[in-house]
Amino acid sequence: MYRYDDIDQQLVQERVAQFRDQTRRFLAGELGEDEFRPLRLQNGLYVQRFAPMLRIAIPYGLLSSRQLRRLAHIAREYDRGYGHFSTRQNLQLNWPKLEDVPDILAELAEVQMHAIQTSGNCVRNTTTDHFAGVARDEIVDSFVWCELIRQWSTFHPEFAHLPRKFKIAVNGASADRAATFLHDIGLHALRNDAGETGFRVIVGGGMGRTPIIGHAIREFLPWRHLLTYLDAVLRVYNRQGRRDNKYKARIKILVKELGPAEFARQVEAEWSRLADGPGTLIEDEVRRIEARFTRPEYETLAPFDVGYEARRTAEPAFAAWIKRNVHPHKLHGYAAVTLSLKRTGVPPGDATADQMEAVADLADRYSFGELRVSHEQNLILADVAQRDLHAMWREARRIGFATPNVGLLTNIIACPGGDFCSLANAKSIPVAEAIQRRFDDLDYQHDIGELDLNISGCMNSCGHHHVGHIGILGVDKNGEEWYQITIGGNQGLSKAVAPAAAGTPAALGRVIGPSFARADVPDVIERLIETYLEMRDSEHERFVDCVWRIGIEAFKEAVYGNRDQRRSHRERQLAAA
Amino acid sequence: MATVIREGRIANDSWRLLDAEIARLSYPAEDGLLPDFPANPELIVPLALWRRRREDLLERGGRLGVRLAPEDTAETIVADLGHFDLVAVEFPVFTDGRGYSTGRLLRERFGFRGELRAVGDVLHDQLLALYRCGFDAFALREDHDAEAARAAFHEISSFYQGDARDSRPLFRRRVAAEQGALSVRSGTASERRVPRCEQRE
Ligand code: SF4
Repeated sequence: MYRYDDIDQQLVQERVAQFRDQTRRFLAGELGEDEFRPLRLQNGLYVQRFAPMLRIAIPYGLLSSRQLRRLAHIAREYDRGYGHFSTRQNLQLNWPKLEDVPDILAELAEVQMHAIQTSGNCVRNTTTDHFAGVARDEIVDSFVWCELIRQWSTFHPEFAHLPRKFKIAVNGASADRAATFLHDIGLHALRNDAGETGFRVIVGGGMGRTPIIGHAIREFLPWRHLLTYLDAVLRVYNRQGRRDNKYKARIKILVKELGPAEFARQVEAEWSRLADGPGTLIEDEVRRIEARFTRPEYETLAPFDVGYEARRTAEPAFAAWIKRNVHPHKLHGYAAVTLSLKRTGVPPGDATADQMEAVADLADRYSFGELRVSHEQNLILADVAQRDLHAMWREARRIGFATPNVGLLTNIIACPGGDFCSLANAKSIPVAEAIQRRFDDLDYQHDIGELDLNISGCMNSCGHHHVGHIGILGVDKNGEEWYQITIGGNQGLSKAVAPAAAGTPAALGRVIGPSFARADVPDVIERLIETYLEMRDSEHERFVDCVWRIGIEAFKEAVYGNRDQRRSHRERQLAAA
Repeated sequence: MATVIREGRIANDSWRLLDAEIARLSYPAEDGLLPDFPANPELIVPLALWRRRREDLLERGGRLGVRLAPEDTAETIVADLGHFDLVAVEFPVFTDGRGYSTGRLLRERFGFRGELRAVGDVLHDQLLALYRCGFDAFALREDHDAEAARAAFHEISSFYQGDARDSRPLFRRRVAAEQGALSVRSGTASERRVPRCEQRE
């Protein structure tokens, strides 16, 4: 955990006081709705379909048990007793009262948390690999750099009113678990031949209605220059990004319109004026931040725990959970564990206050009091000793967080959709549930193997449907809810091995054809899966890799039939619409 | 008389912005002569008018300011900066953040030392960031309470980044403070003890 120093603490407290005054002025009628909007947004407060929604920052997804307990308390006191972990590693509360928000922020500040810049047209919460610091394939620990970026972006004076929101992701391992090619800026922390840390800089990726894979504009930026380079990219964007049309305002459109080479040239020209200036990082600062992170006090353990091995052989359910939800750790005798928030019948990412407290207890007992939120909307205990896995599993089962489905079809990523979000075209939660019910058989899921299924309720893509191996998007047709399906999307290289064997790189899914009514979606998914099972090369070929090998035609045909059948499907659909 | 907030105080404003008259002043009148400028000693002219009547404006004497629209970059007036006592940057809507970059560039890169004024949709809650970007005068939108808005400058006392007021980010101010030089606080912040860096403990 990063521990605040006096200044960090003072800043969030002053922010609470500032927002309290802004809220007071708004409620007193001194501040109009239009003027209050960006202020509340920069403090994480949206006005949603039914009530305000408050988005609380969980910087780079890292939480202490104490913070999680506070979140549970807030969910209970100020909301309806639950929260929603989002794909941006944040926590959303769906029912807070506007006048309570300053108090909620004050409660957060007491545990070194805030909701600063979790929405609005500014630099948002920086996200990273949920296995940072413990992954076997790690090159550089990304947390320190994420914290440096958090500080650099917090109340940046120049970039508080960008053309549009701005998201940065950092990945420091050979597998890309942060979807860096799909962010406004993606950073790959690397080491050069001399062993120095630096960053590959990717710009202009994104999802939304114009999904684009980002472009690398710098192959190796020495760490000293990280913040000045970010300043340069943001300045070019702030000055030239489009402001006339909010659908063309993201940086990806600017990069596309100028062309990546010209954009890079302008960034370099701007940066040449900032390079080596006062914004240049110094070693002392990096060390200081590093030292403010608490690190687990690991024991030296044997690589294999005998009791654990025995249990694994004796108890298939335990073994199944190990296979899906337990991940290798860089240290012998430790493992990282995913607590799945994807139990059938519960909206993906939702957790009750009781569950949060139970997880906080688990973290205290088994994982040095820390946990992480993954962008797959699960919780991670990153440092569990192998010998404790069995006991931990039993407890996780009791609270409903041990569904062994991580990486499998039912580990669905879904945005809140039409049940909560005022921008939605369609609901996403009932679709997720219907699919989970259809594929409830775990053996079957295991046979299908790794599959990311992502659902967004509209083009804003909060459910990352473009990069789902199967993506589902809610669309509106004459006021009715329909669902468009894509296949072949991928969030990034998935295996930490030689590039040739690392699977499909970051890719956007391709639309298979006309959209479907909600009731048909599980059938369609089933047909896609059957086709894959028939066509796959071996059980080692994942769904997404199979799609890229054979193309989408076979899948299309399985779903819509041949061309004639397709036409009649379309006609039927038109008649229905 | 109109007022502006200047360095945290409410001040009378003697500058006159030639805005409504730009069309009249840009072209010859019926007598075929270009009209005279108003007699005010202090005039702010839109960039287009400056371009059209540069020589007349320089001949006129008196103090001169130029007003930039959001799309007018700082670079466009660099060569002329010496002629201006004031640069006004327009914010047609407060969510248009281009002017923040303009301000920083004028101050930090092009060394403009005259008055840098934010005009247009300038509101209480943008003042602090504008100030940090080098603005030192604020023509607050009329329905905002200027007296109350003065508090904006003190709402947050320390910042991580360097800015037009102090180019050093917090991490450099910290180093300076440890060497006993200065407070780590940025901007107008009043006295505050330098915090110990307990991370070293
Ligand atoms: S994708 Fe659309 S429906 Fe879903 S949360 Fe985002 S804005 Fe709302």
